[in-house]
Amino acid sequence: MAGMEKEELTNLQFSKEIKEHMGGETITSCYQCGTCASSCPVAKITERFNPRNVIRLALLGDRKKVLLGDAIWLCSSCYNCQERCPQEVEITDIIYVLRNISMKEGNMPNIYSEFAAGLLKEGRIVPMSKFLEKKRSDIGLPPLKPADVYSLRKILAATGFDKILQRKEEKVSL
Amino acid sequence: MTSYALFLGCTIPARQPHYEISARKSLAELGIELIDLAGMTCCGPAPVQSIDLETSLSVAAYNITLAEEAGLNIVTLCTGCFESLAMTNTMLKKNKLLKEKVNRILSNAGREFKGNVEVRHYMQVLINDVGLHQLKKCVSKSLAGLKVASFSGCHALRPSGLLKLDDPERPHIFDDLIEALGAKSVWYRNKLKCCGGLLRGYADDVALAIAREKIVNTTKASADCIATLCPFCFLTLDMGQILMKSAYHEEHSMPILHYSELLSLSLGMNPRELALDFHKIKVDKVLDKLGYVQSVSTTT
Repeated sequence: MAGMEKEELTNLQFSKEIKEHMGGETITSCYQCGTCASSCPVAKITERFNPRNVIRLALLGDRKKVLLGDAIWLCSSCYNCQERCPQEVEITDIIYVLRNISMKEGNMPNIYSEFAAGLLKEGRIVPMSKFLEKKRSDIGLPPLKPADVYSLRKILAATGFDKILQRKEEKVSL
Repeated sequence: MTSYALFLGCTIPARQPHYEISARKSLAELGIELIDLAGMTCCGPAPVQSIDLETSLSVAAYNITLAEEAGLNIVTLCTGCFESLAMTNTMLKKNKLLKEKVNRILSNAGREFKGNVEVRHYMQVLINDVGLHQLKKCVSKSLAGLKVASFSGCHALRPSGLLKLDDPERPHIFDDLIEALGAKSVWYRNKLKCCGGLLRGYADDVALAIAREKIVNTTKASADCIATLCPFCFLTLDMGQILMKSAYHEEHSMPILHYSELLSLSLGMNPRELALDFHKIKVDKVLDKLGYVQSVSTTT
């Protein structure tokens, strides 16, 4: 019995952690009806993702499976599930929270490191093509105003964004 | 004349000059002045939200402060930029504590979010500032006979509580704008479903399978083209059809046009001025149907 209580406490800890993040507050309202899964464009295509199951695993406290698994990266962020949830669970926002926690622990899929590096380097997640920049005037477009990367980097340092990328690099080099 | 600070974002200048030129030309023609502000960066969209929400809010807020300083409302051409900027703007205006927190971060760059401008998608500018009635009056080359499958992209509509652009389940504004040009907006299966674009780079096969459904469904509905409002949806559906050749051994040739391109054509602009050769899928079928004799686009 004591073991079970301990297990329950550990389980609750993960939903408590999620609820402390902005966007994660509604997770415990989920009653597992599955409206989200039936509204999900990704779940229709692949068994790798099912929003109801992600929420279920998170509520059961399976922190490792949720944060190190493949599923949380397969949400297409369409918000269909969140619009339709009868319990007003902010499912898409919760998946963002789970991604944020996982990335802080160094789990960053490569595509995100590319985006992050672009943001830090050029202030753009899609790098500007030199070819198109030159071609702009031929097409009749005005010159592109430069991004203020200097100010942006100060903001990225203040939020700790630069450190998140570093953590991934450290983890890869281990 | 109504003036807006134009928020271009990353994908449009990097990949889609045809979107930018048609949007600039058509909006100018309709009396909307677009002002390019210096210093604007990435908007902090879904991929940045995925890494760190606080960073996304701060980066979006930073860009909004540039428009605040210029005393201008913002207009976006990209649905992703719209979502991220409009969501941040609404959240910070509503939540004083969050605003203070973000302002502490912005102070490192000498900026402060005040909350005195609006963020609009150009679809809203067309419907509210120009108006359907005036738009119809400006059409000099009607798109009559053209069957258009509208696809606004997810982040124009959802999360609806923060974006408040249209009904998320029964939207009509985009269809009204298409029909104002004389074209017919046709119904197709799963019209409101995502294009899968944000999964590109992590699960390309899944993203392509979702995009394929949209191409198949619009083809079945006999649409002449799909109209988009988002550079990311455009890329996913246009380039996607090239990828479908090798992935599924299927030949698709559904032209994808940005709404601004259809708008420019309906305002009587010459297709040659619209850099249509940047489309991967030829748009000749659409031009033929509209009565342009010569082929002006080439496939790459």
